[in-house]
Amino acid sequence: MINEIINLMAECLEKEPGELKATDEFREYEEWDSLAYLSVIAKIDEDYHLVIPRDEFQKIRTIEDLANYLENK
Amino acid sequence: MAIFKYSEIGISGISAAVPKEKYNNLAPNDFFTEKEAKSVVKMTGIKERRVAPSNICASDLCYAAAEQLLREMAVERATIDVLIFISQTPDYRMPATSIILQNRLGLSKSCAAFDINLGCSGYVYGLCFAYSFCKHKTINKILLLNGETRTKVYSFKDKSTGLLFGDAGAATLIERNKEAGESIFSLNADGSRYHFIMIPAGGYRYPSSPETVKEKIFEDGSIRTDEQGIMDGSGVFDFTIQDVPQDIIRVLNESGRSIADIDIFLFHQANKFITDHIAKKMDIPLEKVPYSLDKFGNTSSVSIPLNIVSELSNQLSNEVKTVLMTGFGVGLSWATGLLDLNRPYISKLIEL
Repeated sequence: MINEIINLMAECLEKEPGELKATDEFREYEEWDSLAYLSVIAKIDEDYHLVIPRDEFQKIRTIEDLANYLENK
Repeated sequence: MAIFKYSEIGISGISAAVPKEKYNNLAPNDFFTEKEAKSVVKMTGIKERRVAPSNICASDLCYAAAEQLLREMAVERATIDVLIFISQTPDYRMPATSIILQNRLGLSKSCAAFDINLGCSGYVYGLCFAYSFCKHKTINKILLLNGETRTKVYSFKDKSTGLLFGDAGAATLIERNKEAGESIFSLNADGSRYHFIMIPAGGYRYPSSPETVKEKIFEDGSIRTDEQGIMDGSGVFDFTIQDVPQDIIRVLNESGRSIADIDIFLFHQANKFITDHIAKKMDIPLEKVPYSLDKFGNTSSVSIPLNIVSELSNQLSNEVKTVLMTGFGVGLSWATGLLDLNRPYISKLIEL
């Protein structure tokens, strides 16, 4: 799961998966902006058929958190 | 549940008008950096918009569209029994702009005329009402006008809305038609999210004052007054990718048809990234999803008829097409319609 989410995040941010770590706080990436946010939400909707509500997404800090969140859904 | 079904009623003609003046979103601009503008264009697909000068109102664009349509189709004015003007940029706060247009268009005094205050959902809502009036055998033809000058609503210096909106007007003629099959509409509203898209001041809740016309600087660097529009982009995004597909599925289920039965999907033209995403998620082939937002931006309730006039006149002239149209936005309000277009007359786009 964690590798899936790293790949998803890399694709949305146009980075190489190798540049990302599970413990990274993704909002700290230079590439993170409102467009990246929408891309991530849309990609998760596409792959996991789930729209993460904005207030819940705000609580998710790291890539690992996001993987855990999706696993528990 | 606001589901409406009709048969033997159809659209017989559509026309649209836009202002001549083009605004290129990628041209150097004092407020958006090149990078910011590129990012908005990449995300939304909106490259260019039409901007009405101060002396052109939404009603003028609708008037031009309606005059051309009625003239080219040789419609006798006395046969128009209902005139509906849908806009959030009317001429005056009172009277209703539709009534002024009744006179300008030379329509009968026994024609019913009224305005509807709806935005992006307004074309589908308007069609549904027009179809409903057509059920009455005493009513001949309905003229539905959708007009907006949204560039006058939003600040060009607002980071989230400054590059999105364009001005346009459209006219649609609706009447009974024995060849028209079943059409179905779903209308929706959610006032709990009314603050997602709004003009806070200038109504009666927060009246116009010297304070409300002062420009303010916001955290993200946007500059606007309280009488200009605001939009919560990510809130609208969540709404669009969740509620709109659900409504499309509901209409398909009600009609007993599937995605494969639909020839053309007419999404409100607001954001290509979002509507492409909905299409992909629902397995709608992208070649069935026409776009004109690259040329005109988001024109609110005008975007669907403008898209038809701009992109579909050839396709629609030869054969009957089954279309699914969906409008969504300010309110929040959203609506979906599934109908056949039986070779309606499509007039050439007017530039004013």
